[in-house]
Formats: sequence, structure tokens, C-alpha cells
Amino acid sequence: MTVGLSHYLLVSAALFSLGVLGVLTRRNAVNVLMGVELILNSANINLVAFSRFGAGNLNGQLFAVFVIVIAAAEVAVALAIVLTLYRLRRTPNLDEADILKG
Amino acid sequence: MTIEAAVFWALAALTVGSAAVVVLARSLIYSAFALLFTFFGVAGLYVLLGADFLAATQLLVYVGGILVLLLFGVMLTHKLYDLDLRSEVTQFAPALIVAAGVFVILAATAVKTEWATASPRPPAPTTRSVGELFLGDFLLPFEAASILLLVALMGAAMIVRRRRDA
Repeated sequence: MTVGLSHYLLVSAALFSLGVLGVLTRRNAVNVLMGVELILNSANINLVAFSRFGAGNLNGQLFAVFVIVIAAAEVAVALAIVLTLYRLRRTPNLDEADILKG
Repeated sequence: MTIEAAVFWALAALTVGSAAVVVLARSLIYSAFALLFTFFGVAGLYVLLGADFLAATQLLVYVGGILVLLLFGVMLTHKLYDLDLRSEVTQFAPALIVAAGVFVILAATAVKTEWATASPRPPAPTTRSVGELFLGDFLLPFEAASILLLVALMGAAMIVRRRRDA
């Protein structure tokens, strides 16, 4: 059997749904960040697979490099927020960050 | 089964299995190290797809940068004397239903659609072509990404700074 486009799309769909499960179920902020990274990686696999099988150019790979850059910037800022939150509330759990709740 | 198919299934199993461990593990450190294997699996899939520069970038930035930052985050958000790095799970059943629904929809779309595929080119080194695209057609996003990184760096440093007057 030759490995085609739909195989890569299935792998990326599995990664995406596992990332969504991680974001929805975890209380710890760093765990939620790991779920978001899984979602970004699944989108990257989609981009590169379409670049190889569909388009004749490398635009998909370039887009994926930009996604990696943005993911790095996002993790830095998100961890800054998590650390500040931990300093304030002494807990890394996201559902205890309810200071603004009326 | 050809060698390429065997390698693909091995890498897919590594990636999806490690992602399952990331999401379902009890301890935070197990999740972080399973994420490492997920990134390696994804880099292997990039090599199979002929994206060698992207695979190297993935390893350098994701494993060498983002994973190290996440491990710092894990270590800095727990009390030092309390080494029980357990992570709690809330509302597992509804989230499982939602995630399974998302997977079914995406998988059905992936398998049933008649994608307009051309036969793939033979794999070639992509570093030179990607570099020419960065400094040619995609110069503006490239410069914008540099500014984004600068702003993110400054923003993260400002958020985490200890204020003297607080």
C-alpha cells in the first residue's frame, strides 16, 4: 500500500483530537499548553502533507516554519503569564484563577 | 508493505501513542517527556514528506526551545518540598465525547474527500529553496515574524518582572 495524503491527514486528525482532549480536561496550565502544542503540530503536518501531495511548491513548508516561530513566541508569553499567576495565587491550576469573577 | 509504509506506520504509532501519554498521564513529567517523543515523531514524518529543513527546525525549536521552556514552567510552578507533580483531570467524559466527535468529523473529511493530488516530486534538499523563498516572495512575513519575536520577548520579560513598589 502506498502512503497517500489521507494517511497523513488521519495522523494529523488524531493529534488534533488528542490536543483538544488535553486542553479540555487538564487543570494544570502547563498541561494545557502541551495540548495546544499538539494542536499546532497537527496543523503543521497538514500543511506539509498538502505541500507535498497537492501543490507543486514549498509554500506549505514555509507556512509551517512560521507556525513554529509563532508557537515559540506563544509559549514564552504563556509561560510568563503562568509564572505570574503562580506567584499571585500559589497554584498552577487554571480554574483557581478566578479573581475577576463577579 | 513497502519500507516507506512501514516507516510511516512506525512514526505514526510513535507520534499518536506519545500524544496519548501526554494527555492521559498522571504525572506532569511523564507528559513532558512523552511530548518529547511526539516532537521526534512529527520530525520523522516531516522527513518522510520531504521537508528536511523543516524537520531540523522542528527539532531545534520545539525540542530545544519550547520543550525546555515547558520543563522550566513545570519546575517553577510547584513548591520545592512538594515533589508530587501530579496533574488533575476534570470532566473527562464530556471532553472525551467532544474529542471523539472532532476526530470522527476530521477523519471522515480526510478519507472521503477527493483531494486534487498530483504525484509527489522526488525528495530533494529544501534548505536552499526555503531560504530563497524567505528572502524573495515571503520577505514581508519573515520580517514581521522577527518583529513578533522581539515583541514577545519584551512582553514576556515585562510580565514576569518583579515590581519594586508592590
